[in-house]
Amino acid sequence: MSDQKSGHKRKGYEVAEKAVKRKRKKRSGERDIIVLENVSKSYETGSPALNDINLRIRRGEFVFIVGDSGSGKSTMIKLLLRELTATEGTVKVLGYDLNRIRHRKIPEFRRNIGIVFQDFRLLKDRNVYENVAFAQRIVLTPTKQMRKNVPAVLASVGLAGKYKAKPKQLSGGEQQRVALARALVNEPTLLLCDEPTGNLDPKNSWEIMNMLEEINKGGTTVLVVTHNKEIVNQMEKRVVTLKKGVIISDEEKGAYIDED
Amino acid sequence: MRISTFFYTIKQGFRNIFRNKLFSLASIATITACLFMFGIFYSVVVNLQNMVQNAEEGVCVTVFFEAGTEDTVIQEIGQKISGRMEVSDVEYISADQAWEDWKADYPPEYAEGFTENPLENCANYRVYLSDVSMQDSLVTYLESMPEVRKVNRSQLTADVLSGFNSLLGYVSIGLIAILLGVSVFLISNTVTIGINVRREEITIMKYIGATDFFVRSPFVVEGILIGLVGAGIPLAIIYFVYNKAVAYVLDRFSILTNLLTFLPVKEIFHILLPLSLGIGVGIGFLGSFITVRKHLRV
Repeated sequence: MSDQKSGHKRKGYEVAEKAVKRKRKKRSGERDIIVLENVSKSYETGSPALNDINLRIRRGEFVFIVGDSGSGKSTMIKLLLRELTATEGTVKVLGYDLNRIRHRKIPEFRRNIGIVFQDFRLLKDRNVYENVAFAQRIVLTPTKQMRKNVPAVLASVGLAGKYKAKPKQLSGGEQQRVALARALVNEPTLLLCDEPTGNLDPKNSWEIMNMLEEINKGGTTVLVVTHNKEIVNQMEKRVVTLKKGVIISDEEKGAYIDED
Repeated sequence: MRISTFFYTIKQGFRNIFRNKLFSLASIATITACLFMFGIFYSVVVNLQNMVQNAEEGVCVTVFFEAGTEDTVIQEIGQKISGRMEVSDVEYISADQAWEDWKADYPPEYAEGFTENPLENCANYRVYLSDVSMQDSLVTYLESMPEVRKVNRSQLTADVLSGFNSLLGYVSIGLIAILLGVSVFLISNTVTIGINVRREEITIMKYIGATDFFVRSPFVVEGILIGLVGAGIPLAIIYFVYNKAVAYVLDRFSILTNLLTFLPVKEIFHILLPLSLGIGVGIGFLGSFITVRKHLRV
């Protein structure tokens, strides 16, 4: 009887999961995953952080956004996450018009995106497992499913033996892997990385970048904001260069434009 | 909401208390201090009100009738008086009873020499009031009756009690206002600390795609738990200290034993318990709700 019950439950979850995936597929079915049209963003003080930006990022692409500090990279990431709204222009991500999206729809939108920050932003008082499981709880994954998904994703980033460690007990590289696992566990369509190697040594930086490349090969669109010249130049991916809020270069297999 | 999410929320609410130990302690201490003051104040006011009420119940108006008023008329008047709103009890004292009472109150030699009842025309009603401030209107009504010869009243006692009662009312309102002011100040300080403690955590949750409800629920559970503990501590202290305090006061002011009638602690808690728990939970709920709300628009 209980088997039958859990069977129904599992079936219910699978149906719901398929519906979510269909919805995602429909939204992400559009060729361009990120569309910025004539986007400007001004703050109350100072000159515009972004000025008349036009950018399209296709499904499955790996793109670097580079530029000096103050070039508008962080503002762009905040616009793409709908932490900020554009002063002018259209910002469309995964089919959501972020200027018009309702507040209650924002969580649904963000669940399609994996985010990795320079400072990791882990919940300090929770262990590795809980940090990753947290992302699964948010999308209401059943506990049984979670118990399979979380160890699997932790193993994929090389943290199979560190479930119980608290962020403080981990190195920078390991913390960034936890953040990556958290970003990946819900199988996002788009992965946004804001200076993911900013706090890491070269060895760990390359390990993270190699993981991102592997993730991209699996079909996930990856957008990396960075100022790591060596990585950008060696990986030979599309590079969008920002300067003072304007795109000054956008090249396939581009290189880091050195202003110095 | 999934059952597992519900239990997760409750569990996180409990865990939050231990995660931010210092903040939890500060919040509990704040609520405890406010509700302790409130509990003491409430106990004092309720006891004072009870004492005044006891004194008021002893205040009565005595109504005498004209000579020759028939018993049936007196009975009718008695019924009319009983029916009035401000009257709590009416006691009939016949002429014979009045004489017997007099003889019992004074030395026997004073009653010697009387062969007939000298208080023949002194059959009367003792009218007890439910509200002494209404004594004037009752006396006016009684004096307007042609059969009534005289109305005796204790104006001074009524005035003192009535005045004390309204003073008690004003003092209560004043103290409640001060308490509320102090509570709001203390609690807003605690909430400000809470905002800083939680800013980062809430922002991370929102970036990952948590709904406002999902983010808020554990904090609200935590707030309610803190409120319950913050209310439980002063209630427990008051419960155990109350009887000792009453015994001390009665011992210290033994001369006033007749006047100082204290309510049993259970009677005080009949209202204080749900009231304090309600206020504690309310403060905890609102405090956490407001704290989290500030960061939800990420």
